[in-house]
Amino acid sequence: MAREHEEQPMHPHAPRRQMTRRQFLSYTLGAAGAFMAGGVIIPMIRFAIDPLLKPKAVVPFVKVAELSQISSQPVSYSFQTLQIDGWIEKNVEQTAWIAKSSAGELFALSPVCKHLGCTIDWNSNPQHPNEFFCPCHAARYTPEGKNLAIAPAPLDEYEVKIENGFVYLGGIRPNTIAT
Amino acid sequence: MLKAVYEWIDGRLDITPMWRDVADHEVPEHVNPAHHFSAFVYCFGGLTFFITVIQILSGMFLTMYYVPDIANAYASVDYLQHKVAFGVIVRGMHHWGASLVIVLMFLHTLRVFFTGSYKNPREMNWVIGMLTFGVMLGLGFTGYLLPWDNKAYFATKVGIEIAASVPFIGETIQNFLQGGDIVGAETIARFFALHVFFLPGVLLALLAAHFILIRKQGISGPL
Ligand code: FES
Repeated sequence: MAREHEEQPMHPHAPRRQMTRRQFLSYTLGAAGAFMAGGVIIPMIRFAIDPLLKPKAVVPFVKVAELSQISSQPVSYSFQTLQIDGWIEKNVEQTAWIAKSSAGELFALSPVCKHLGCTIDWNSNPQHPNEFFCPCHAARYTPEGKNLAIAPAPLDEYEVKIENGFVYLGGIRPNTIAT
Repeated sequence: MLKAVYEWIDGRLDITPMWRDVADHEVPEHVNPAHHFSAFVYCFGGLTFFITVIQILSGMFLTMYYVPDIANAYASVDYLQHKVAFGVIVRGMHHWGASLVIVLMFLHTLRVFFTGSYKNPREMNWVIGMLTFGVMLGLGFTGYLLPWDNKAYFATKVGIEIAASVPFIGETIQNFLQGGDIVGAETIARFFALHVFFLPGVLLALLAAHFILIRKQGISGPL
């Protein structure tokens, strides 16, 4: 609706281009309309994208194993964590493969395959002894979780805390043991 | 930039005549509040539509969190209202808008009645408007159950009992609405389906007919 070229200037000597009444009114109408539409739409958009803006929940540490039991051979330990899923809160079972590295450092690996998310197992393929093996597409990992085949990254690990001879596990983070 | 996009689309789709036909027509003096302030009574229909649009939008967004199930419905409403940002506003729009739409529609009906606008040749639009009124009440009734709190449950029980008192077919209506022997899991599932699919579909069809008839017949003359 740009009409600026159609209107004749009222004073031929005044070169200043003035806004026409029609332009002013249509801008005002547009602004008022945009304000009202925004007032309705913006809360709804914010409502819809809330999951993106929520802070990540802090995972509490859970007592999982006795320190004296851990050897260099990975062993799977199950433990319960509280999962908050919107309006549903439930205890879910998690598994960690816990062992000591050659340097004597304790670590706990997540059993979720880094290829496409199946569950890995220890020493389950006779052709590849002493490795983690994934049955879905035959990804393999070292005891420290380093990816040997198929998978693009090493197995994730749990945050580990040791207190009074017990192993506590927390949130999941990228592998720091495997080299 | 916007103008270029519009022109690119318009060059292919020729949309200017479409929206011109919908939006660009003269408002007669006797319905224009700028001429006679009392003409604001002619705004109630448009306001009803405005609120209806808000209802549809806020309802669409609410279903992103709401679950129509007796075990989770209340918890999901509680969650979306108290834990999700602006949940109280979006649900508030839907809650208050539901009442407002009935009020405005009633005022619109009064205006049409007292200006005699329902008379020949516009009787059919009056009938369509009455059907719309019925659909809106149906939307209100089915939506009321969905939060699954005490008020929802007993209001629905009472409403269904009233429907059940219809001679001869009352029990059939009751069974259809309940979807079973009690107001329960099957009731909330079908009320949700009616509330978000069937009734809005009928509503949009009726509104389209309502507006097409207004454009065909024009606004009724001054008193
Ligand atoms: S998911 Fe484990 S190998 Fe593909």
